[in-house]
Amino acid sequence: MPLTWDRKDLLGLENLSREEIELILLTAESFKEVSTRDIKKVPALRGKTVVNLFYEPSTRTRVSFEVAAKRLSADVINIATETSSVKKGETLIDTGKNIQALRADIIVMRHNYSGAAAMLARALEISVVNAGDGWHEHPTQALLDIFTLKEKLGRIEGLNVTIVGDIAHSRVARSNIWGLTKLGAKVTVCAPAILIPVAIEQMGVSVSHDIDGALKNADAVNVLRMQFERDESEAFPAQLEYFKNFGITKDRLEKLKKNIMVMHPGPLNRGIEISSEVADGANSVILEQVTNGIAVRMAVLFLVAQGRDKNKKDETPN
Amino acid sequence: MREKAKILDKDTLNRALMRIAHEILEKNKGTKDLCLVGIRNRGVYLAKRLADCIEKIENERVAVGILDITLYRDDLTLIAPQPVVHKTEIDFDITDKNIVLVDDVLYTGRTVRAALDAFMDLGRPKSIQLAVLIDRGHRELPVRADYAGKNIPTAKNETVEVRLTEVDGQDEVVIVEKDN
Repeated sequence: MPLTWDRKDLLGLENLSREEIELILLTAESFKEVSTRDIKKVPALRGKTVVNLFYEPSTRTRVSFEVAAKRLSADVINIATETSSVKKGETLIDTGKNIQALRADIIVMRHNYSGAAAMLARALEISVVNAGDGWHEHPTQALLDIFTLKEKLGRIEGLNVTIVGDIAHSRVARSNIWGLTKLGAKVTVCAPAILIPVAIEQMGVSVSHDIDGALKNADAVNVLRMQFERDESEAFPAQLEYFKNFGITKDRLEKLKKNIMVMHPGPLNRGIEISSEVADGANSVILEQVTNGIAVRMAVLFLVAQGRDKNKKDETPN
Repeated sequence: MREKAKILDKDTLNRALMRIAHEILEKNKGTKDLCLVGIRNRGVYLAKRLADCIEKIENERVAVGILDITLYRDDLTLIAPQPVVHKTEIDFDITDKNIVLVDDVLYTGRTVRAALDAFMDLGRPKSIQLAVLIDRGHRELPVRADYAGKNIPTAKNETVEVRLTEVDGQDEVVIVEKDN
């Protein structure tokens, strides 16, 4: 029997138990059906307000959360910080408290500082969902990756998953590592040494600098986006050099003589970390990840809304 | 918690289902455009059994669907333990069909209200009828059953427990008195 959810926030996968992650995945399975209906809407969050607060540019994550909230009948407000009072110097906590004073129920936040979501969650009574904080975590992306893996391959326990790319700067990698290892998958990270953080082995993963070796035993490969906008220093590999040594190409996959599932969190850099042939090919589940992202985010919004109500009730003296 | 009385045993429960199956067929003049939809959890098993009964009588298999009404409840934030959301599985077109909703116990009517809302989001059936194994009274909404296995007057501090072989290992219906 799955346990119940009693957190008001979702900040990362590091602090979740295996059972909590499984509850989110199970709930998401049920929500997936809603998006296949003619009327893609259920009244579960009717009358609740979800605020998307994005301090970093994002289209796919924000739109995915917006679609998820709307399919639950919540009202959605998008705040792009470039055009808000943040530009006038308002602090994050002040912004959060103002949103809370508007009687919003859930803040979905992306921020460029690691730990920003946790700080906001501590300061507020309403729910906070982390949509990516710095290099720290991006829990809903990892949850939708894991959901897709489980849907396609039937299990997580015992799977070999290779994550390729800029592990050092990737919140997607970190959340995936926490989630996958908790559910019993074996994770290998593969990248040039400069993009692998020191002591990453302590998170329970193997490290490889040889892409062909790292793919050999893998059931699935999660190809990270090379974030050239984040680091323009000389230490960063040249784009063509990276593609030659670590890019996921048709030739590389054909050499494996087996099926391997290819995932990518998007947006794609075609010809840098992945070739177009692979991205559009039979092994790719990239667009299914996008579809599954809606179900996973619906589940998360639904659960944190309930978790908050539960916390409120517990505080009320009888 | 104390068991107060056994209302139905295996034989009487199955006879009640067979009678309901006959009544459904009589009212709908056969199986044409007829579909059964069980409300999770025990309604699902009852719907399947009613479909078996109908097959025995008419030699025709009617479609059976599963409805999860968690997302349509009006008491999501009030109930404990928290419900786990399950899938709705209706793999046939409900437009212009005669739907029989099946549930184990009819009590306040709120589950049925939620089920009707859920249905309206799935399509436009020709009619929706309601079949329950037990009608225990205490309605809070204007809802009534078209088919009932048994009407039982109950007190509010009692609960009716429907136990089915598929989930509980045996067929029986008992009234349980809650300790105050």
